Amino acid sequence: MAEPIKLSIDGKPVTVPPGTLLIEAAKQVGIEVPSFCYYPGLSLQGACRMCLVAIEKMPKLQTACTTVVTNGMVVHTDTPEVANTRKSMLEFLLTNHPLDCPVCDKGGECELQDAVFRYGAAETRFLEGKLHEEEKKFSNLVYYDRPRCILCFRCIRVCDEGMDVNAYGIGFRAAHSEIIPNRGEQLECEECGMCIDICPVGALTSGTYRYKTRPWEVTYTGTICNHCGDGCRTTLSVRNNVVIRANNRDHSGLNGEFLCVKGRFGWDFVNSERRLKSPLLRKNGKQEEASWEEALTFTVERLKTILAEHGPGAVAVIGSNRTTNEEDYLLQRFARTVLGTNDIDHHRTADFSSLVRALTEAGATDRYATIEDISAAKSLLLIGNDPTHQHPLIAYQIRQAVRQHGARLYIVNSREIKLRRQSSQYLQVKPQGEAEAVRALAGQAPAAQDLCAGGTGALTALADALKKESDTVILFGDEIQGQTVNDLVTCGLTLPGKTRFVALGDYANSRGAADMGLLPDTLPGYQPLSNEKARERMESAWAAKIPAAPGRNIRSIFEGIRAGEIKALLVFGANPVKTFGLDNAALTGLQLLFVAELFRTETAELANVVVPAASFAEKSGTVTNTCGEVQALKRTMRQAGTRSDLEILLALARLFGQRWTYQSPEDVLREIIALVPGYDIPLPSLLVGRAVPTHPEGRPPALERPDLVFSSRDSLFTSGTLSRYSWALNSVDEAKKPYGHAF
Amino acid sequence: MLSDRLKAKFDSVIARYPLKRSAIVPLLLFAQDEIGYVSDEAVEEIARRVGVNPIEVIEDIGYYSMLHRQPVGKFHLQVCTNISCMLRGGEKIFEHCAKELGIEHKQTTPDGLFSLEEVECLGACCGAPAMQVNYDFYENVTPEKLDALLADLRKKDQGSRIKD
Repeated sequence: MAEPIKLSIDGKPVTVPPGTLLIEAAKQVGIEVPSFCYYPGLSLQGACRMCLVAIEKMPKLQTACTTVVTNGMVVHTDTPEVANTRKSMLEFLLTNHPLDCPVCDKGGECELQDAVFRYGAAETRFLEGKLHEEEKKFSNLVYYDRPRCILCFRCIRVCDEGMDVNAYGIGFRAAHSEIIPNRGEQLECEECGMCIDICPVGALTSGTYRYKTRPWEVTYTGTICNHCGDGCRTTLSVRNNVVIRANNRDHSGLNGEFLCVKGRFGWDFVNSERRLKSPLLRKNGKQEEASWEEALTFTVERLKTILAEHGPGAVAVIGSNRTTNEEDYLLQRFARTVLGTNDIDHHRTADFSSLVRALTEAGATDRYATIEDISAAKSLLLIGNDPTHQHPLIAYQIRQAVRQHGARLYIVNSREIKLRRQSSQYLQVKPQGEAEAVRALAGQAPAAQDLCAGGTGALTALADALKKESDTVILFGDEIQGQTVNDLVTCGLTLPGKTRFVALGDYANSRGAADMGLLPDTLPGYQPLSNEKARERMESAWAAKIPAAPGRNIRSIFEGIRAGEIKALLVFGANPVKTFGLDNAALTGLQLLFVAELFRTETAELANVVVPAASFAEKSGTVTNTCGEVQALKRTMRQAGTRSDLEILLALARLFGQRWTYQSPEDVLREIIALVPGYDIPLPSLLVGRAVPTHPEGRPPALERPDLVFSSRDSLFTSGTLSRYSWALNSVDEAKKPYGHAF
Repeated sequence: MLSDRLKAKFDSVIARYPLKRSAIVPLLLFAQDEIGYVSDEAVEEIARRVGVNPIEVIEDIGYYSMLHRQPVGKFHLQVCTNISCMLRGGEKIFEHCAKELGIEHKQTTPDGLFSLEEVECLGACCGAPAMQVNYDFYENVTPEKLDALLADLRKKDQGSRIKD
């Protein structure tokens, strides 16, 4: 470590690491140097001249945002010269600025407004008329108001450097300069909206938020995005029980300022007109509105009849990739102990079980990578998946790792994914060739000559390069499952340093669903049902018997329904008809199809009973991201008529005569912390909004068949069934591009 | 389609610069000379050849007023109204042009023969008021001289460049 640098700012001694920028050094001793173009993590611009400070022995004022500190530097930010300069700079910035703050979206949270309040002059010397331009609609989600723009270039830089989309430029010159989009008058991009949030003024505004409210009139609640598996923290702005905006206002959480198009705009399904508001009960072949009591009593009575006539083997349960850990945990408890069946599964989008087993067998359960490990990694190996679409935050963190500290990215993929632009080595294999490449890398089986275009030499080169790296983070998609995960882990652990792993699953709580045991053969925490001790431990906690024999997996459940063996199916927050491409006849043999859903999905349409479930914005609880980090959802609003899956499960259990004593999601969480291996997490960390890593340890049974684990391959603009009910996600032209299109 | 001649020209120009992107402005001028303006195709081709994003080429076009994204007239009249020319009647010359041709700043006559643009200093202050038609300069312009010039240009309906 190089010697720290000592300098003085406004008479205060400061000690910082070499290479620190003056503006950052000042922050450390609580001295604010105003700036617009400077943004931590982006390249330096030096455009706005707001951060000029006096440095002794330098003839003119210097920009603090581009000056690197040196030993013995004496800096003044409080001289009359600096104060006058700030005043002048603001006067210049306001020459053409419309001062329409009373109607501007940014009013109240505008960096220019704040700077003028603190450092500006009360009057202007410019008497000329202001240049005016009409606002421009770059897309349905991004609008540009030229007169408000102060040309800080943050939007251009975040689009180039952060997103690698390069959709913005600067057009014309001098007083007529303006931000221009890449397709004439239109933007063609990922529509992430990073440019809107990063804009210090109200020049770039959001198509869904603009002119809706004043920022001080809404309540802000930090919660977790419900779309992909990355677990971005997002702040929902709610007014009159309507979500108006989502952004990560305080840059807290593992995503910092990052949100993708789904995180920033895709929450609007919450307020969709098509949300179910009342339970539906099928009477004379038609679904009709019913009361909660009627719907739930009917369900329980029908279940009791089926259980009495056909036994617990006639009832199956399908869980969700989006419901909370608490709900998933209760769902499997309900299935195993109240219904007495292990026929419980969910749409598995990554083979988490095999990763847990492989790491447990290798004694390496400290090797689960977190999101932070990805951005801090020096070396990354990405096998399969297309994070740009399926895991936008992870793609962002990978780009950060490459750009900020020169990490090497190695890719094995059968498609030309966009991240190859950042890669050191990109190994394109034949379709579905990822697993074969892993087996070859692991020395399990030689690679076929036609595996990759350049022959097997490229594979050897990749193996050699990885051997020279250390602390590699290995990320893999659904292409790698079952025994191949084991091969990958075994091989990865022989690499130098502390190799870490991430299995990339699709949705907000795909990982949690597996962790909480929404699986036919596995109890919570990846404890196999066949393990008597694990079973007894849960049995004594729940004071109920758990059937010892493993249940049916989701494919066998469908086969069981077709064969007439399964008479009742309970579905919570899933749309198996669509996900598994079931035909209309597939579920008709059921005597009871109960669906808890937000919308009348293809599955809900077939049901006898549909109950309206609460969305992520309407409930509390925890979710676990694909890296295994647990974060807390916080209830933001209420939707009349709906109930959370947790409330629904508690009501069903009560009607079955169960005396469950849970009062709140937190009570369930306490039980999870106490009982689920790997989930002994500190509750306070969770409650203050941290992402708490878990280290599951267990030996779940091997994957039964290869068609159980598959990703939905969502694009940036889709999120399973949910995205269909989002106006914003469907409003942009980019959503119509073929899957995998790189912007 | 860009002509083979233009593509060959691109190759030879790019080879002259140690940094490929330095060739953007000359490439744009050559493309405009051949096509009459800078087409989308030309933007894409130049961006590809010098290894930048198309938006960066578009930025350069916006910066330089002599580069056009839309077709201009066969004779592109650029009248200077900057300070020296203004003091010597440049604005009157511009207005005269506008009246005679029936078009305004950055407009083209319906027959596509003339387009008009009010420009900043042409670097010909010693002969103010000055104007430029395509690449040719005309100095000490008066309304009478301008009328004669317009009549002359109308006669020259052959060839893409006037050579006096």
